[in-house]
Amino acid sequence: MNKIVLIIQREYLSRVKKKSFLVTTFLVPFLFIAMYALIFYVALNNREPITTVYVVDQSGFVANKLEDTEHLLFLSTDESIASLKKKMERGETSSLLLVVPAGVATSQTVELYDTEKKGIGTINTLESKLNDILRAKALADAGIDINTLNGIKPAVSIKSKELTVDGEKDSHVGTAIGISFGLSILIYISLFLYGNQVMRGIIEEKSNRIIEVVISSVKPFQLMMGKIIGVGLVGVTQFVLWIILSVSFMAATSAVMINAKPEMHTPVKMQDGVGNGEVKQNNQERQSKMETIVQQIKAIDYPYVLGCFLIYFIGGYLLYSALFAMVGSAVDSETETQQFMLPIIMPLLFTYMLSFSVLINNPHGSLAFWLSMVPFTSPIGMLVRIPFGVPVWQLLLSIALLVIGFLLTTYAAARVYRVGILMYGKKASYKELFKWFRYKG
Amino acid sequence: MLSINNIVKQYAEHRALDDVSMHIEKGTIFGLLGPNGAGKTSLIRIITQITAPDSGYIMFNDDVLQPEHISKIGYLPEERGLYKKMQIGDQLLYLAQLKGLSKEEAKKRIKHWFEKMEMQSWWSKKVEDLSKGMQQKVQFVATVLHQPELLILDEPFSGFDPVNAEIIKKEILELHSNGTTIIFSTHRMESVEELCDNIALINKSRKILDGPVIDIKNSYRENKYKITYIGAQVIDPNDTLFTVEKRLTDNHATTLYLKIAEGKTINHMLSYLIPQVEIQHVEEIIPTIHEIFIKEVTSINAN
Repeated sequence: MNKIVLIIQREYLSRVKKKSFLVTTFLVPFLFIAMYALIFYVALNNREPITTVYVVDQSGFVANKLEDTEHLLFLSTDESIASLKKKMERGETSSLLLVVPAGVATSQTVELYDTEKKGIGTINTLESKLNDILRAKALADAGIDINTLNGIKPAVSIKSKELTVDGEKDSHVGTAIGISFGLSILIYISLFLYGNQVMRGIIEEKSNRIIEVVISSVKPFQLMMGKIIGVGLVGVTQFVLWIILSVSFMAATSAVMINAKPEMHTPVKMQDGVGNGEVKQNNQERQSKMETIVQQIKAIDYPYVLGCFLIYFIGGYLLYSALFAMVGSAVDSETETQQFMLPIIMPLLFTYMLSFSVLINNPHGSLAFWLSMVPFTSPIGMLVRIPFGVPVWQLLLSIALLVIGFLLTTYAAARVYRVGILMYGKKASYKELFKWFRYKG
Repeated sequence: MLSINNIVKQYAEHRALDDVSMHIEKGTIFGLLGPNGAGKTSLIRIITQITAPDSGYIMFNDDVLQPEHISKIGYLPEERGLYKKMQIGDQLLYLAQLKGLSKEEAKKRIKHWFEKMEMQSWWSKKVEDLSKGMQQKVQFVATVLHQPELLILDEPFSGFDPVNAEIIKKEILELHSNGTTIIFSTHRMESVEELCDNIALINKSRKILDGPVIDIKNSYRENKYKITYIGAQVIDPNDTLFTVEKRLTDNHATTLYLKIAEGKTINHMLSYLIPQVEIQHVEEIIPTIHEIFIKEVTSINAN
């Protein structure tokens, strides 16, 4: 037992002392924060270059009602369509040609010519503007006063509450999806990151031939477990440091952002007095949206989510690193690992892909249930479901299965490992691995 | 000290050891010889408990070999290996602690060995910064730090220049004189004759020969002699006393390599020669371990 502690110590210290460990530990939360800040920045300051839209209005009632926006400048023109097209082909400015046919009210179609693909945003803006104009015209024709109609605006907002054993709880589907994404990416990356470290460590020992020296002092199983636990502790250390750093960074950035709020919401460019009100309203909407998101983020039960994350990280890590250790013991160099990696990656990759569609859309369905029970997929499968609320019995069952799963894989991996580490220059196949598994002694 | 009894080790289709038995006396240097792939490494791995035999057993000092004995065995594998990025001192400390030494004791002994081998300044160097010969020295120290009762050396001189090989040989002999039992696996037969008291020869998974070096050599004597004399040019026996295998002549002396016939001795030979010539030198040609090795291995592999 004392020896396994020595091995864990060496594996842990030799990795934590490395410069690359310090760099990733301090850089990653910084990157996360930078990403977080960038997303907010882009969301709040998304601007496209100003585009001129030439409008050939054959109906006669559309062009004068088109109001310029932040990045669309409407220009009514009598030039012929052909000459306008030529002008655009010469590519003087970023421009569009909108042709409104005479019978637009009935046909409900207009034509748009452009020199480069326009973003969906531009199309949407144009569509909604045209819809408004046509609607206003139709209402006026029918004799309905548009102001009266606008005055009647029922605004029901649904406050969704989830009934759980603990009583009512605010359910934030959007935030839950965000957390699910985050967790599934994080667990996927970290399982491979640390599993790979175990594998590389074993290949290093094997190709260095130090393995024989060490194995003549300790049991192969002790060495394998020592390495797995040592690297795992490095992972846990890294996560704990990340959490601490992220939280302190987050606190610092939030403080800065709250101070910076007024400037961030100042509309940057006004075309004229007309657009002003609209932009302001948009900004208010954005602000209230952002506040809800911030509030929802604050409302998450962090200890619960992080606790589950750690449990599934450790369980999943123990299970997968045993498999990685098995692969490491079977090969002579890293280049040979490929053929064995695919089947190991498959279940996780499969769950990871599904987590973005099926699992999030239907977190309580039967596929989600099974994926969160099978030990090979539960680290991602269950973590994705956790933000949506999982019954306690399912959580406990899944954890129990995960523990059984890692005990079995570790047993199998250790049997292959003890033979594999002493085999050199033999190209291992699955058949070979199975044979090693069955060796006596 | 160590008795190996009827060991069998089977790998899938290949039988690495087939009913191998041998006995190693305490305090001796035992040569384990055999061509590549004969099963030497498999046997060593069983003694060091890296693998277990399919059948047979090993007794270590009158006890069945068990995990506690690991701390009494030192093993220098043929393929040397150290952690490349780890400091020499830390590395030795780690390996010694794995053998069950306390940290303080390990430190003390490492310092002692560093002085002995003139490597005091190496503590914080990394393995990758050392030459191959220097790495071998470190590895040797790692093997003997825990003062094993049984030392297993697999090709201990490979990779050493003559000066360092001599240093290592001196250390091995010193350990031997302190009572350490040494198993010495090698292809280098001259060092076997120089160092070993007993040998065992393994070929194709079986032991084909073992015993004290002197006895083995004696049993392979073929009654061959090398005789140098001054005198008559030709001596041709007309009876069945001897056959000449090689004849060298220079200005005044002749050297004969001859085999004395069955039932006759060197005395018969000399009493035949003395009346005729002036004898300068007589020497028995005893086969070297190298020759015995080649003869045994090729004759078995030919069948």
